[in-house]
Amino acid sequence: MTKGRYGRHGGQYIPETLMNAVLELERAYDYYKNEPQFMEELQALYREYANRPSLLYFAEKMTRDLGGAKIYLKREDLNHTGSHKINNVLGQVLLAKKMGKKRVIAETGAGQHGVATATAAALMDMECVVYMGKEDTERQALNVFRMELLGAKVVPVETGTMTLKDAVNEALRSWTANVNDTYYVLGSVMGPHPYPEIVRDFQRVIGKEVKEQMLAKEGRLPDIVMACVGGGSNAMGLFYDFISETDVQLIGVEAAGRGIETEETAATINRGSLGIFHGMKSYFMQDKYGQIAPVYSISAGLDYPGIGPEHAHLYDTGRASYVAITDTEAVRAFSYLSETEGIIPAIESAHALAYAMKVAPEMSKEKIIVVNLSGRGDKDVAAIARYMGVDLHE
Amino acid sequence: MSKIRQAFKNKKKCFIPFITGGDPNLEVSKELILAMAAAGADIIEIGIPFSDPVAEGEVIQRGNVRALNAGTTTDKLFDMLAEVRNVTQVPLVFLTYVNPIFIYGTERFMEKCRQLEIDGVIVPDLPYEEKNELLSNCRKYDVDLISLIAPTSDDRIQMIAREAMGYIYVVSSLGVTGIRSNITTDIGAIVKRIREVTDTPVAVGFGIATLEQAEKMAGLSDGAIVGSAIVKIVEQYGKDAAGPVKKYVEEMVAAVRKA
Repeated sequence: MTKGRYGRHGGQYIPETLMNAVLELERAYDYYKNEPQFMEELQALYREYANRPSLLYFAEKMTRDLGGAKIYLKREDLNHTGSHKINNVLGQVLLAKKMGKKRVIAETGAGQHGVATATAAALMDMECVVYMGKEDTERQALNVFRMELLGAKVVPVETGTMTLKDAVNEALRSWTANVNDTYYVLGSVMGPHPYPEIVRDFQRVIGKEVKEQMLAKEGRLPDIVMACVGGGSNAMGLFYDFISETDVQLIGVEAAGRGIETEETAATINRGSLGIFHGMKSYFMQDKYGQIAPVYSISAGLDYPGIGPEHAHLYDTGRASYVAITDTEAVRAFSYLSETEGIIPAIESAHALAYAMKVAPEMSKEKIIVVNLSGRGDKDVAAIARYMGVDLHE
Repeated sequence: MSKIRQAFKNKKKCFIPFITGGDPNLEVSKELILAMAAAGADIIEIGIPFSDPVAEGEVIQRGNVRALNAGTTTDKLFDMLAEVRNVTQVPLVFLTYVNPIFIYGTERFMEKCRQLEIDGVIVPDLPYEEKNELLSNCRKYDVDLISLIAPTSDDRIQMIAREAMGYIYVVSSLGVTGIRSNITTDIGAIVKRIREVTDTPVAVGFGIATLEQAEKMAGLSDGAIVGSAIVKIVEQYGKDAAGPVKKYVEEMVAAVRKA
């Protein structure tokens, strides 16, 4: 079996033009992840710039209202730039800098990874180009302007479904053309090895902190940790340090869109099949000839036809389970958390919250659930208003 | 000797045109293959259309979209090629991404290739490190798994070349497929390093459109591969493309033979 495998998943299915770049990245990462100075610089950025550790907040009103398990929210929404994406990006852009690269590119769906990359690029003096599906540039117009304010160039991608998948295609094409001086900052635990490993390692801080914070607050580990899953970076970051804690249940929440029984869904584990795409073997939404299927979710960040290979493996082994939440349920959770706790969650994170709202009432009051609040919802306000039929006169 | 090696024998310089199968529909593709064979094409590459062709530039991407919109599937493409085989024995090679093969079933796919005398497959997202995904079935059914070598391959050139089958596809430029006014990679240097370890024929592709470029690239290697320039003609003439494509291929074949 080749490198970067998670069971039968993973690998390096990319054009030859990119192979030396990926191998160079692998060597650089293997070196720097063991270099104390690199790790200290990264920790300092987390601490002084990104606002880590993020809070582990006991959602007391929500817990009382649902009447079951205690619910804790891991507040990744309080990070600089408003989501967990900054954890990965600070690591990768610092790595790019150490590798002597002057230019970074990234794909983005909801815009959170693009904004985080543009931010880190501004901080570390890198040129930055972000590829974003045209449909997403419209759904998330504010994030486009944020990236531009940060000095990045945003390229709207007009091929295919004009969403995240197509943004990845275009970023890969652009990387092939500029491979000598450009570093590709992949935003999720996907793509060819070593990206799934690098992104997971940089996101691992989420679960590590949850573990410490939970032990400090409750003196024990939670019963369930859950997070939304598109490519799967916030979920993998939360899960990783709990994989060996077999009493802790790991639940990934996919976007069902209009329902997993419909064609308008993005629930890859629930509806997809084994395939090879975007550099990895994993599960994908596809037809019987291997054409990648268009997917749909209200959430641009979960609107992706694949899932990271390590999640696919956790699913195969039964260590994690993957459920799906519809647009309607997610929007309800979005409003619920806003009204109950005074926290407006990202519509992506609202998928995980919606599932917590389903299971918490069924559990006893001694049980504990941690939900990863992967991002804040400011970016979604306009889209949710549209969904609810509210005219904002922007 | 395989039909591919046969095409290159006696140091003949080969011209290898590419079309996307089913662009603008399968009927026209069949006419195009027969026209290109009649025009003297030595080997013909046929793209299996894919929803997300990440190695392709805009021209061939649009060809893929047209083919898929026309309802092309792997099975229908095989059926069309069975009809082609009633008329011509020109060596045929598939260009496709790994997923359509994997999902069709690698063994079933290669078995079908053998039946239809498809002599090779080019899989741009299957690098050396992952070739075992397909290799055993390629060997079993005697389908050459054609390797690509890129301007960035450097220390990988000889590793890839040593195990290459059929012909070696040297990618002339960084980036995706598409017409380029200038090819700046030192193709001669890459070919020299290949020659040190193998006598497998070498053809150069990506960016070639003009007679001069084709002659030059064939001069530095054993042949020239042209895709986007032909797909562009298909885009322009649609169902009437066979005539103009035939004329273009005739001229390109003549240019390559001069090299």
